[in-house]
Amino acid sequence: MTPDPVFLLSAIIFLPAIGALILSLFNPKSEDGMRSFANIIAGATFVLTLLAWFGFDPAKAEMQMSVSIPWIKSWNINYQLGADGISMPLVLLTSLISWLALAASTSIQKHIKGYLILFLLLETGMLGVFLSLDFFLFYIFWEVMLLPMYFLIGIWGGERREYAAIKFFLYTLVGSVLMLIALLMLYFDGGRTFDILRLQEIGQGRIDGLSYTQFVQITAFILLFIGFAIKVPVFPFHTWLPDAHVQAPTPISMILAGVLLKMGGYGIMRIAFPICPVGAYYAAHVLVVLAVTSIIYGAFAAMAQTDFKRLVAYSSVSHMGYVLLGIAVWKLSEGAAGEESKQYWNMGMQAAMFQMLAHGISSPGMFFMVGVIYDRVHHRDLNKFGGLMGLMPLYGGLAVGLFFAGLGLPGMCGFIGEVFSVLSSWNFSKVYAIIAASGVILTAGYILWAVQRVFLGAEYKGPHPEAITPITWNEALIGSVLLGLCIIMGVFPNLVFNQMQASISLLVDNMYSAKSLGTSALTTLLNR
Amino acid sequence: MTLTQLLNNLTADTLGSLQPFAPELCVVGTILVLLFVRLFDCDRLLPGSLVAMVGTVLALGFSVHQFRQFGNGTLEPQTLFTGLLLFDPFTVFFRIFLLLFLAFVVYLTIVTGIPDAEDAPDFYTLILGSTLGMLLMVAANHLLMVFLAIEMTSVPSYAMVGFLKGRRSASEAALKYVVYGAGAAGVMLFGISLLAGLLGTAYLPDLAPALMDVGRNGYSLANPTVRTLALGVLMVLAGIGFKLSLFPFHFWAPDVFEGASAEVGGFLSVASKGAAFALLVRFLLALAGGPGAVAGGANSLTMQVGIGLALIAVVTTTFGNLAAYGQTNVKRMLAYSTIAHAGYMLMAVAALALMLNAPLTETFTLAARSEAAAQCVQGLLYYLVVYFFMNLGVFAIVAFVRNSKFSENLGDFSGLVRQSPVLALCLLVCVFSLIGLPPFGGFFGKFMVFFSVLASAKVHWVMWVVLVMGLFNTVFSLFYYLRLLKHAFIDEPANDSRPVRAELTSDSGCYALLVSLPVFLLGVAVDPISRVAEDVARWLLQA
Repeated sequence: MTPDPVFLLSAIIFLPAIGALILSLFNPKSEDGMRSFANIIAGATFVLTLLAWFGFDPAKAEMQMSVSIPWIKSWNINYQLGADGISMPLVLLTSLISWLALAASTSIQKHIKGYLILFLLLETGMLGVFLSLDFFLFYIFWEVMLLPMYFLIGIWGGERREYAAIKFFLYTLVGSVLMLIALLMLYFDGGRTFDILRLQEIGQGRIDGLSYTQFVQITAFILLFIGFAIKVPVFPFHTWLPDAHVQAPTPISMILAGVLLKMGGYGIMRIAFPICPVGAYYAAHVLVVLAVTSIIYGAFAAMAQTDFKRLVAYSSVSHMGYVLLGIAVWKLSEGAAGEESKQYWNMGMQAAMFQMLAHGISSPGMFFMVGVIYDRVHHRDLNKFGGLMGLMPLYGGLAVGLFFAGLGLPGMCGFIGEVFSVLSSWNFSKVYAIIAASGVILTAGYILWAVQRVFLGAEYKGPHPEAITPITWNEALIGSVLLGLCIIMGVFPNLVFNQMQASISLLVDNMYSAKSLGTSALTTLLNR
Repeated sequence: MTLTQLLNNLTADTLGSLQPFAPELCVVGTILVLLFVRLFDCDRLLPGSLVAMVGTVLALGFSVHQFRQFGNGTLEPQTLFTGLLLFDPFTVFFRIFLLLFLAFVVYLTIVTGIPDAEDAPDFYTLILGSTLGMLLMVAANHLLMVFLAIEMTSVPSYAMVGFLKGRRSASEAALKYVVYGAGAAGVMLFGISLLAGLLGTAYLPDLAPALMDVGRNGYSLANPTVRTLALGVLMVLAGIGFKLSLFPFHFWAPDVFEGASAEVGGFLSVASKGAAFALLVRFLLALAGGPGAVAGGANSLTMQVGIGLALIAVVTTTFGNLAAYGQTNVKRMLAYSTIAHAGYMLMAVAALALMLNAPLTETFTLAARSEAAAQCVQGLLYYLVVYFFMNLGVFAIVAFVRNSKFSENLGDFSGLVRQSPVLALCLLVCVFSLIGLPPFGGFFGKFMVFFSVLASAKVHWVMWVVLVMGLFNTVFSLFYYLRLLKHAFIDEPANDSRPVRAELTSDSGCYALLVSLPVFLLGVAVDPISRVAEDVARWLLQA
C-alpha cells in the first residue's frame, strides 16, 4: 500500500506551507492554539516522510517515487520530484529536526504568529530542495529558504541579529548567483533541459551527441562548488556561520546546523560532482586541501572561543570538513589499484553521507543544550559556568552525552563518519589523512575542555545562580530523542548505511564509468 | 496621378486607418469629455476620475479585442496613416500594457485622493494625454513620428510632476525635468535630421537598406558619412536613453521622483519606460533591417550599437544600485532602483542587437537566429509585465504610507508590519520581486533576460561581462531593498509617529493586494504570460 507519489511527495513539501497559510488566519492572541497547530503540522509532515520511507526500497539504487509534471512548458521546466538513498535519509532528518526544533520553540515569546508561519515556510523550502530533481525547481526552493531565514534571524535573534541576518542572506545570495550562472550554462549547452538526471548523463558523457566542453565542465564546477561550499561551509567561505548560528534563536540554530548545512553537502553530491565529473576530478586535490583545512581550522577556532554557542558553531565547520573530505577523495588509477581506489571512494562517499546525518543529529542537540542553559542564566560565557552537573543532573547527563557524540566517541554517531572519512583519505594521500586524523584529537580537546568548564567543577560561578532550575520534561524529551538517535546510529551504523549503499555505489560506478565507458569517455573529455 | 486621385487615396487610407486606431481615438474622446466637463461646470456631477476610468477601460477593451483578432488570424499587420504608424501585435501588446497600467494608476489616484476634486479634470487630461503619446510611441514607423510621440509624452508629464502646486520640491522637479527634457529632445531632433538627411528617408523600414548602401565598403569611421551617421544614431539613442533614464542621461530621475507625488512617480517609472523600450526595439530593428535582412550578419553598425548598449546597461544597473545605498527618502531610493531596472531590461535589448548580427552557420540557421532573437524580446516583455506590478506596488504603498505620515522617509516605514500587516506583506512581495528572488515574478524576468544575455555571449564576449555584472548586481541591490524591509519588519515604530491605517478590507489594503498578487502569480504560473510574450516576439521577428 503506497500512496500516489505525486500526492505523497507534494504533500510532504507543501503541507507546512499550507499550515502556514492556515496559521495566518488564526487570532494572534491564541498563542497556545497556534503553537499546537504548528506542532501538529510539523508532526504530520514527519509522519508523511516516514510513510514515504516505508514505501522506499533501499535495495534499489535508482530514483524512486519519481514524479514529473510539466510546469513551465516554454522553458522545459518540470515539477520533477523523487528520492533515492542519498536524499531519503536527508528528508527524514529534515522533517525530524524541524519537528524537534518547533517543539523547542517554547522560549520564543515575541510575535509568535509570524515566527510559526515563517518557520513552516522554511520547512517547505528545505524539503523541496532535497526532493527536487529539476535543477530549476531545486534552485527555486534553495532561494525560497532565504526569505524566512532572514526574518527568523533578524527578528528573533540575539543582540547583533540584523548584522547576522544580512550577512547570512548576502553570503547565500552570492552563492546562488554563482549557481545561477552555472545553471544557465548547463541548460544552454545541455539541449535545454533542467532534468538533473539527464544533466548528469550529459556531464558523464553517456548521451551521444551531447556533451559539455572541458571549459564548461570546469567553470560550472567551480561556480557550483563555491555556491554549495558557502552553505556547507568550507573554509574560507565559512565566515557567515559563526554570526548566523550564534545570533539565531536556539530552534533556528538547530535548523541551521541540522539541515541547512547538509544542503551544501547534498548539492555537491547530487549536482556538482555528477554533472561536472571533469571539473570535479581536476579539483579533487584542492577540495581535499580545503576539507582538511576546514577540519583543523574549525577545531582550533572552536578551542579559542569563550562563547559557548560560538564554540558549537565552529565545531560545525570542523565536522563538516569530514563530509567534504569523504566526497573529494576521488583518485583514478589503472588496473587493480583502480578498483581499490573506487572502493575507497565509495567508502568516503558513504562516510560523508553518514557524517552529514550524524552531524545533523548531534549538532542540533548541542545547540539545543546551549539554548537550555542560556534560557535560564542569559549568558554563554564558558568561563562563568561550572558545576551544572550537580545543579541539573538530568540536563548535565543529556548534554554531556550529546557533546560526546559530537566529539566522536566510539559507540556514538560522530565516530563512524569521521573514521571512515579519514580511512578513505588514506588511499588518496597519507599526509592529508594524518592531518585529518589529528583533527579528532583537537576535537576531543575543545569538547572535553568545554565540558569541564561548564558541567564539572565545584560550583556555578556566573550570574543568575537563582535561575538554574531543573530541565523541563519537554526539554528532556527533545534531548533524549536526539541522544537516543546518536547512540543508535553509533551502535548500529548499518541501519543508516543500508539506506544509502545502493545509491552511492551507483553514483560512484557512474562517475568511474564516465572514465572507462567504451573508449573511456572521461579521457576523451579530458583530452578535448 | 491627379490631385483628385491623390485625395481619394488619402481619404481611403485615413478612413481605413481609423478602425485600428480606435483605442487612441477613445483616449482622445475621453480627453475631450474631460475638458468639456470642466468647461460646462459639471465636474461635481461627473467626477473626472470616473470619466478617465471609463474611457481607459473602453480603450483597453478595443485593444484586447484587436489582440484576439491577431491571435485568431482575422487581422494582419499593416501600416496606418500612409505609413506613419505600424499596427502589429507588438503595438497592440504595448497598447494593452499601457492602457491597463493607466487604469491601475487612475484607480490608485481614486484610492489615495490625489488629485482633489477641484484639480481632477486637469490631472486626468494630462495623464491621458501623456498616455496617448506613449501609444503613438509604440506604433511609430517614421522618425518624425518618433519625435512627435516622445514630445507628446513628455510635455504633459512635465506638468504632472509639478502638479502638487505650492510645494517647492515639486516645482523644482518639474523645472529640472523640463530643462533636461528639452535638451534631450533637441539632441534627438538633431540626430533625426542627420539620419534623415544622409539616408534620404525618415521612414523606418527604409533605413536599413539605405544603411547597407552606405556601408558597402564597411563601416569605417574614416568615412565621413559613416561618422555622421553614427553620430545621428547616437543622438537618437540619447533621446530614448533620457526617457529610459539610462546612465549618463539619468540625472533628472532622482529629483523628479522625489519631487513628484508617488502616483506620478509610479506612472512615469513604468509606463514611460515601457513605451520607450518598445520604441528602442523598433528603432534597433529598423537599423538592422529585421532578422532576415542581413543574412550574413554584415550590418556591423547595429553590432557596435549593441555592444555600446551592453556597456551602458552594465554601468546603468551598477550605478543605480550603488547610488541607492545612501538614500533616506524612499522615493529617491526607488528612483535609483528604477534606473537599475532599466539597466537590466536594456541587457535584453543589447542581447537582441547582438543576436541579430550573429553569424549564420549550418546548424545556426536564419530561423534559429530569429528564434534566438525572439527569445531576447520575450525576456524583455516578461520583465516589463512583472515590473508593471512590482514597481507600481511599491509606489502605491509609498503613497498609502505618505497619506498617513505626510512624509516618505525610511523611518516612516518603521514597524509597518505592526500597524498594517497587509501593506507590509505586499511590500515584502514587491521588494523581493524587485531583488529578483523566487517564487516571485521578478526572478523569472531576470532569468529570461539573463538567458538571452548568455545566448548572445556566443556572439560577443562582452556579454559575459554583462551576465556576471548583472547577476552580481542582484547582490548589490540586496542591501538597500533589505533596508526598507528591515524598517518595515524588524524595527519598532517610533513612539510619536502617526500609525498607518490600512486594514485588509480598506481600499488601500485591497489595492495593495490587487497589485502584489500578480507579482506572486507571475512567479508561480509563468506559462500564460510567457507564451503571450513569446508569440508577440515571434510575430515581431518573423524572418
